[in-house]
Amino acid sequence: MLEELIIAGFGGQGVMSMGQLITYAGMIENKNVAWIPSYGPEMRGGTANCAVTISDREISSPVVTEPTSVIIMNQPSLTRFLPTLKPGGLLLINSSLVSADISRNDLRVLEIPSNELANEKLNNTRVANIIILGAYIESTKVVTIDSIVESLKKVLPERRHNLIPLNRQALELGAEFARLAKV
Amino acid sequence: MSAAKVFTKPASMTDKIMHFCPGCTHGIIQRLVAEVIDELDIRENTIAVGPVGCAVFCYDYWDVDFHQASHGRAPAVATGVKRVHPDKVVFSLQGDGDIAAIGTTEIVHAAARGEKISCLFVNNSIYGMTGGQMAPTTIVGQKTTTTPGGRDSNMAGYPVKLTEMLAVLDGTAYSARVSVHNPANVIKAKKVIKKAFEVQIKGEGFAIVEILSTCPTNWGLSPVESIKWLEENILPYFPIGEFKTPGEVSR
Amino acid sequence: MSKVLMKGNEAVAEAAVLGGCRYFFGYPITPQNEIPEYLAKRLPEVGGTFLQAESEISAINMVFGAAGSGARVMTSSSGPGISLKQEGISYISGAELPCVIVNMVRGGPGLGNIGPAQSDYFQATKGGGHGDYRLIVFGPASVQELVDLTIEAFELADRYRNPVMILGDGILGQMMEPVEFKVKEIRKGPEKPWAATGAKGRARNLITSLYIVPEELEEHCRKLKEKYDRIAAVEKRHESYFADDTEIVLAAYGTTARICKAVVDQARDEGIRAGLIRPVTLWPFPDEPYYKAAEHADAFLTVEMSNGQMVEDVRLSVNGRKPVHFLGRTGGIVPTKAEIYAEVKKIVEGGVR
Repeated sequence: MLEELIIAGFGGQGVMSMGQLITYAGMIENKNVAWIPSYGPEMRGGTANCAVTISDREISSPVVTEPTSVIIMNQPSLTRFLPTLKPGGLLLINSSLVSADISRNDLRVLEIPSNELANEKLNNTRVANIIILGAYIESTKVVTIDSIVESLKKVLPERRHNLIPLNRQALELGAEFARLAKV
Repeated sequence: MSAAKVFTKPASMTDKIMHFCPGCTHGIIQRLVAEVIDELDIRENTIAVGPVGCAVFCYDYWDVDFHQASHGRAPAVATGVKRVHPDKVVFSLQGDGDIAAIGTTEIVHAAARGEKISCLFVNNSIYGMTGGQMAPTTIVGQKTTTTPGGRDSNMAGYPVKLTEMLAVLDGTAYSARVSVHNPANVIKAKKVIKKAFEVQIKGEGFAIVEILSTCPTNWGLSPVESIKWLEENILPYFPIGEFKTPGEVSR
Repeated sequence: MSKVLMKGNEAVAEAAVLGGCRYFFGYPITPQNEIPEYLAKRLPEVGGTFLQAESEISAINMVFGAAGSGARVMTSSSGPGISLKQEGISYISGAELPCVIVNMVRGGPGLGNIGPAQSDYFQATKGGGHGDYRLIVFGPASVQELVDLTIEAFELADRYRNPVMILGDGILGQMMEPVEFKVKEIRKGPEKPWAATGAKGRARNLITSLYIVPEELEEHCRKLKEKYDRIAAVEKRHESYFADDTEIVLAAYGTTARICKAVVDQARDEGIRAGLIRPVTLWPFPDEPYYKAAEHADAFLTVEMSNGQMVEDVRLSVNGRKPVHFLGRTGGIVPTKAEIYAEVKKIVEGGVR
């Protein structure tokens, strides 16, 4: 197994922390992992992206140029990363923010209205990215939801641990959406 | 009746013969520092940081641990030394080009941080070691090899009054200017240098002492004429005095 | 769990603490700011001192003073800041003082940009500052190696009384990988009877690089050369990846070497006998493995994030026995696996002469 994921969106959408959570979860599961952020001016308000590699084998290159999966959180990122996806790769789109006009037919595509879902089902738009994360995990099985929750415990400061149940709900909501959509 | 010894070489001085030019007052300054080290009994507890310039060989004359610095950087090097050895006495010696031109950043920020070091600044209003070029402290009208018609303030600006500048910083505990052009001033200079060391030893903060000095060779004057030239030209522009003493609030 | 997930920059900083570093002097510059930020918090916890200097010039001179005072000390920066430190590095080398300098290389020349680059190779390995001196230079390729080599850098610096540089790049500094800190107890440096500590009960110590008499300076430079020869004899390190039986040998270090490993994997899958020789020490450069590989390889391909710097050392090592090709990306652009593989294929098929 070699999963090479790119997550891209606006700064402040939680793009970096989504990547870190998956990376952390992979480490908990004793997989080989690496996370590389885009850094610099992009961090301050523009588009941000990060690359996550998870593998059973030692990771040769942590630099991802032909991802197996891409999570898209804003419109410019779709234009930029759609051509790079490997044939047969997974394209996950936050359809609340991005209108998908997919010029390729060799991909698995899942569009999730995650802001609406977060608002309607959980009454909290701040977990929109976590819903997408749940859908990603369901679609790839690259790590388990339990490992993500475990990572949250490590990443979040103690005083924020009250948010963990909400995050688990969001993960499961996303997973259920993906199951029903059968990508 | 046995003879009383009234004059001797300070214990903190080596036997090395000084390289300074005839009539240069730099040697007096080296000696005063050694006398102060003796009087405070800190020879085994002191680390000196040297300059690049006329006093580059100062370590030849002081029998203390010594750390070299590149041109202008003595306050930064002294900072590194003092942070590792906060219980030791750390002082630097720099000339005018070293401290008030290339090393302005280092001295200003060492003072701003309130580094507990003592910085001695020898101002002879010229670059001595390199052969008499304009210094940041060259007086307006003064002839040097790079201001052959005399320093023109329209072209080359004005002398830097570094010691006054440092006095306005909150990190500076002690700031003073002295001269060594006659015996009375030599005695005063020694007291001020000693005070700069004491300020450090008491942990009161950063101390700077500017010492006016002559350069007969590059001024093109005899030693006696040099003393006169200093009195007539340098002293009016760079007045002697204490600009800030410990406990005083910055102006 | 013994592994922790850390950014390269933070891992270097923690490794420095474990390696016995008690003093850090630095000035902010992207992409290495996590190093000073981490140490600003961490060093006081272990009784150390973090100081943000007013410039890179001041920072390296504070390192000079602390190293001469006998401390284990580090500074870090990136390209433009490392340029400013060159004067101090020359003095530290001349005065034979131990210290560790980290360069998380960014795109140059000039202000360039903050993307990852390897264009400071010449500066690190061929001098950079004035005079006849050498730095020991490590080129780590993973966060784990950043940690291991940083800890070791302090040992080598003290052993040889010589500055050691960690030459990383923006990606290595920013990426997160699991790391294991194998050193459990904080290390301590050796006794340094030569240091400036106050001449208590002994003859005074002088820390200097000034030798005004030509014969004395020549003697000093000879002594330095003997030391550099000694280092070169025992400290060359490299990693060989499928490089024993090859038609083409890739040469790359750091992040670029990671990508080249993936290229070797792909090439081997597709029947091309490719291998990689990755220098771990950039100075001293591991010349022998390249020379030996020239016996069985038909060609070499050096890949760098530069216009071609390390390729000169590879060519010197191969010594004309086989062609040494070059592929470089610059400006903060990382070469892709696909473009390197395409070049490998072209060379193997005889398309490049």
